[in-house]
Amino acid sequence: MIALSINGKTYNVDAESDTPLLWVLRDTVGLVGTKYGCGIAQCGACTVHINGVATRSCQVPVGTVGSKQITTIEGLAENGKLHPVQQAWLDLDVPQCGYCQSGMMMAAASLLKQKPKPSDADIDAAMTNICRCGTYQRIRAAIHAAADHA
Amino acid sequence: MTHMPKFDSPKLDRRSFVIGTAAAGAGLSIGFSLDPVDAADAAPEVNAWAVINPDDSVVIRIAKSEMGQGTLTGLAQLTAEELGCDWSKVSTEFPTPGENLRRKRVWGDYFTAGSQGIRSSQELVRKGGAAARMMLIQAAANEWKVPAEECTAANSVITHGKTGRKTTFGKVAAAAAKLDPPKDIPLKDPKTWTIAGKPLKRLDTPPKIVGKPLYGIDVREPNMLYAAISACPVFGGKLQSYDEAKVQGMPRAKKALEALPIVWDEGENVKVSSASIAQWLKEGLDADEAFVGNKAGDAKATLSGAAKVIEATYSYPYQSHAPMEPMNSTALYTPDKCTLWCPTQNGEATLAAVAEAAGLPVAKCDVIKTYLGGGFGRRTQSDYVRQAIAIAKEMPGTPIKLLWSREEDTTHDVYHPVTQCKMRAAFDDKKNLVALHMRISGQSILAYQLPARMVNGMDPLVFVHGLMPKGPEGEFGYNIPNLLIDHAMRNPPIPPGFWRGVNLNHNAIYVETFIDELAHAVGEDPLAFRLKYLKPKHAAVLKAVAEKAGYDKPLPKGVYRGIAQIMGFGSYVAAVAEVSVTNGHLDIHRIVGGTNCGHAANPELVRRQIEGSFVYGLSAMLYGECTVRAGRIEQKNFDTYQVMRIDEMPKVEFVVMPDGEFWGGVGEPTIAVAAPAVLNAIFAATGKRIRNFPLKNNDLSAA
Repeated sequence: MIALSINGKTYNVDAESDTPLLWVLRDTVGLVGTKYGCGIAQCGACTVHINGVATRSCQVPVGTVGSKQITTIEGLAENGKLHPVQQAWLDLDVPQCGYCQSGMMMAAASLLKQKPKPSDADIDAAMTNICRCGTYQRIRAAIHAAADHA
Repeated sequence: MTHMPKFDSPKLDRRSFVIGTAAAGAGLSIGFSLDPVDAADAAPEVNAWAVINPDDSVVIRIAKSEMGQGTLTGLAQLTAEELGCDWSKVSTEFPTPGENLRRKRVWGDYFTAGSQGIRSSQELVRKGGAAARMMLIQAAANEWKVPAEECTAANSVITHGKTGRKTTFGKVAAAAAKLDPPKDIPLKDPKTWTIAGKPLKRLDTPPKIVGKPLYGIDVREPNMLYAAISACPVFGGKLQSYDEAKVQGMPRAKKALEALPIVWDEGENVKVSSASIAQWLKEGLDADEAFVGNKAGDAKATLSGAAKVIEATYSYPYQSHAPMEPMNSTALYTPDKCTLWCPTQNGEATLAAVAEAAGLPVAKCDVIKTYLGGGFGRRTQSDYVRQAIAIAKEMPGTPIKLLWSREEDTTHDVYHPVTQCKMRAAFDDKKNLVALHMRISGQSILAYQLPARMVNGMDPLVFVHGLMPKGPEGEFGYNIPNLLIDHAMRNPPIPPGFWRGVNLNHNAIYVETFIDELAHAVGEDPLAFRLKYLKPKHAAVLKAVAEKAGYDKPLPKGVYRGIAQIMGFGSYVAAVAEVSVTNGHLDIHRIVGGTNCGHAANPELVRRQIEGSFVYGLSAMLYGECTVRAGRIEQKNFDTYQVMRIDEMPKVEFVVMPDGEFWGGVGEPTIAVAAPAVLNAIFAATGKRIRNFPLKNNDLSAA
């Protein structure tokens, strides 16, 4: 059994220690908001926060997480209130198919934590996730909106 | 918990090998939030389109698939408009394809591709909403004992004009449901719309921003097992043998599959490569035999005696759809019943595939449609459906989720077809464009996908996408007195499929970069040159985007402009791109995209489709290439199959100009103008004509 702290709760999971955190979240714990897209840290659909930092969970063996705090899209809202990133995503209707958007929002929330007023260049550097529907223009606008309202 | 490795029998599928393992964490299943329509709980249903609860909440049924394009919201708006309900009380559900069959296809065709989602069903859903409104009004009128003609409905409230009496939909829904449906159903004039045609918010955003389980990959059923799959990397190859003992006891399907020694019988196609395919297509550029799709005058004779002839040849590669959600479906088979949870663009064909694979009557099968994590045409296929059913049949009573790896998805796609093209044009001695011969050599999608739709051996879709003499779907825009557009069909053994934009993508690049070349050849401005030959509706959109882009105004130093137009999927589209090229590095600064799509169910959704389609089209133009070596696709994942990211995203502006005269498509047509507009701007910046794609294989630095 491996103990994990996810969204403020402790889970004891039965998994091989080399299992990527992504699959433990999705298949073992049942938090399916975190998505599989490539398995090689290219697309960012699996982005979660580990101790507040955006991390591609497909590259994290679950046995290496230890007591670090994991936050997934299901835990981004606090006390029933949407995170400013989620609120901006809602206000601007950012998602199309929506599949990449959990990872996008987790990456954006992490960026805003480090840089509360990011420039376009900051966004370009931090937001390397892939969206095939092409929501990039609205993602950029929503990050700026979230920065203004945070 | 114990892991229960489970191996399928090798007789399952000669081309594939599958492994299933026990699901970890049973008991933590959070269930799946998509409730299929169940005829048994249909009490508050006014008709097939609208369920109205006593609290006035409205559930609108949506037959088409939602893969990001916004059809769900657009169709709900059209239905709600005619229904006359309170938009804030609307939610939606997907009726199952099985339920559709039981009701004699009351919801029509589920097929969601070809930019057909709204235009092919707008009349049906509007009539459905209008019929429900008429029944609700009749029920209120019956209660009040007044003529229905004296009553009106708006915002879920029915009012009797003479007396001012009011009631709500929720109060009369049960009585309305018992009435006979009306036969004559007049529709509102779109000019009077208050819900449809308005830039309303998407209905599907709230669950998508909190990580709700919406997609096929999110399905979790009790006691579900997970399956991974590997098909022969060479198209047409077969499984020869595998060493099961090497992975015995490994609990994770994907890991076990990766470790499993498999021997393939790769078959004949192992000799096929990109080079051999290119050689074959090249021969087609000058072949005597070709299918003629558009002919006027005598282009060949005019070309042979012309004062000036311009010629260029092009090539366009295979490309993978690469939706963010890899192929998957979840199947539960018993000898009496088979259910499939599936992200599909083609619900009814999926149901047929389930029944066939399960060996059960269609009436004993059903498909629960989920949201799609992208489709782009890939999810019109049923390969991953038949695989899931085949696995589930080996374990009756156990739900099986089959998930493809990204590598499987990229190497076993049905690809954007490969083509080459030779363009030849003739000018007379007064610099008038008097002849054009467009010879396409390459692959037919229909020959592989829908051979029944071939016409005397010809693939009409090659021409439907932007090259037709006339017609509502894809009329060639230029009036050229001697015109010949023909297709030398060459079908390599790499399976082609419908890929967002389909043939319009390469057709638009060939036509619009060559037309640009012709303008420069006679020293004319690319916009003025086009307008001399363009038909009015084609010209109108091009002029509108040029005006919005400030075409007549100078650009900042180092920034260059390119334009393009085309008609496809029933809509007239155009774009102006502004780029700079610095030391061989391309920056796309801005694109103004425009469409006359006839009607816009929601103009905000149209804008989203324009900007999104540009990303899809530009990813294809910049990077999209699947190469073939030894009969297999070389690119496996996003490291080698690159796509555009946010740092390359240009600013996109819009001209949405529906003229109200027809219903055109939205999801695809604008894809096709992004690439040629950028390519023409690259020429303006560098003097280089890019004729072989993708762009990454070309050097833009100064010679």
